Amino acid sequence: MIIHSYLTSLGKYVQLMGRTFSRPERFRMFFKQYVKEMAQLGVDSIGIVLLISFFIGAVICIQIKLNIQSAWMPHWTSGYVTREIMLLEFSSSIMCLILSGKVGSNIASELGTMRTTQQIDALEIMGVNSASFLILPKILGLVTMIPLLVVFSTVSGVVGAYATAYIGGIITPSDLTAGMQHDFTQWFLWMGIIKSLFFAFIIASVSSFYGYTVEGGSINVGKASTNAVVSSSMLILFSDMFLTQLLSA
Amino acid sequence: MIEIKNLCKSFGAKQVLKNISSVFENGKTNLIIGQSGSGKTVLMNCLVGLLEPTTGEVLYDDRNFVSMSKKERTLLRREMGMIFQGAALFDSMTVMENVMFPLDMFSPGTLRDRRKRALFCLDRVNLIDAIDKYPGEISGGMQKRVAIARAIAMNPQYLFCDEPNSGLDPKTSLVIDKLIHEITQEFNTTTIINTHDMNSVMGIGEHILFIHQGRNEWEGTKEQVLTAGNEQLNSFIFASDLFRKVKNAELNNAQESK
Ligand SMILES: Nc1ncnc2c1ncn2[C@@H]1O[C@H](COP(=O)(O)OP(=O)(O)OP(=O)(O)O)[C@@H](O)[C@H]1O
Ligand SMILES: [Mg+2]
Repeated sequence: MIIHSYLTSLGKYVQLMGRTFSRPERFRMFFKQYVKEMAQLGVDSIGIVLLISFFIGAVICIQIKLNIQSAWMPHWTSGYVTREIMLLEFSSSIMCLILSGKVGSNIASELGTMRTTQQIDALEIMGVNSASFLILPKILGLVTMIPLLVVFSTVSGVVGAYATAYIGGIITPSDLTAGMQHDFTQWFLWMGIIKSLFFAFIIASVSSFYGYTVEGGSINVGKASTNAVVSSSMLILFSDMFLTQLLSA
Repeated sequence: MIEIKNLCKSFGAKQVLKNISSVFENGKTNLIIGQSGSGKTVLMNCLVGLLEPTTGEVLYDDRNFVSMSKKERTLLRREMGMIFQGAALFDSMTVMENVMFPLDMFSPGTLRDRRKRALFCLDRVNLIDAIDKYPGEISGGMQKRVAIARAIAMNPQYLFCDEPNSGLDPKTSLVIDKLIHEITQEFNTTTIINTHDMNSVMGIGEHILFIHQGRNEWEGTKEQVLTAGNEQLNSFIFASDLFRKVKNAELNNAQESK
């Protein structure tokens, strides 16, 4: 029974994506929506990304320095580990998990409300492909903005780590710098960005699916927004495992 | 002209529309009346394709809407305008942007032409002062009027109104009825209106379809509606004291003049 309902949802999701990825009717209108979504989903998330990354960067540095590093480890360990955690996992996967909560519920409740107040029906009656008009700019908007957020997150994490050095005095700045510069692999940054593109697609498309297919009233909008966050988080975690293996091979 | 043939619609085991056939002509205000829950909204949603009829045909000037591909439907819909029971304005856009929306989307004209058209439509519904407001900032009646302006912006061939004056005061209702009637005559549109407002029925009912429990119970014009012998229709119309009095007065007048 559960498998049946999963497969049904999957089928509906694929159908919706089929309708979403069609040529926009008016590029001017599409572009307007696209810019709006980049601002709403991307730019408006910069604050939370910077804030969280700053503290996580700082805390990782403190943890490694105080609790893990010991005398026989090289002096650059803390800086090195902080950088690699930020690059490899936090700035892409964990940050997207956090964003799935903020952006996913935003998308699902917006589309759900439009559905229950018949705004989507109104679009359809006008002869607009509502799926493409509403969902495509969201997906493309978030996918465009996510690399920027990844970079911001990494930088903010590094700044956080330096804050522990300069303000907290936990570690000497020169040790930290030595760690930050130790054995830098550029590919790790690209890996994070590539992963984040997939995650952005998951967040935007899955949340849109739940919002767009709401039936009934405000209670179901609430449920859809919860489902959107839960499902996109699960999918991010699953795909993170495969993507990481694939990209590290 | 819209023609429906043997339209049936069921939700699971529940049959809501039972074999409805009718013809809605252009240039006329066609009213669908009936008690709450009789299936008016379901019928209209089947006409515009928001619901799929279980069986039956819907013909838009001999184009079969039910068997059309999705693409053809989208194209045909550009000839439609619809006013929803709850107005369904885009709440992230101002009044002006709402009316501009279909124009921006489909009109080939320049920005100036489009603005001019939008202003003209808003002027028709007397809302020039409210163009910069958001739907949340205007009253229900104003929202309905914006919805009308948006629906007529593209000069639709087919106009659908689901209870355009529910929740409005009698005076505003009258204005809206008159507006819809004028537009219908002016542009020769095929207009279909769901209503249970007897004032509208007597005001603009050029063709009336009375639905009772999902059946086409009676059809006729506003002139015939008061004197039709149909039992269900009478119980619907004369539920209001006022209309009973009107009818009795008319009968008395008729007797006196004899
Ligand atoms: N999606 C649905 N699923 C199941 N039953 C439905 C659905 N939509 C409508 N119905 C049923 O169809 C019947 C007709 O509903 P409809 O909304 O058409 O009434 P109406 O004539 O428009 O009433 P009102 O004047 O109150 O708007 C009702 O009994 C309703 O329960
Ligand atoms: Mg109704």
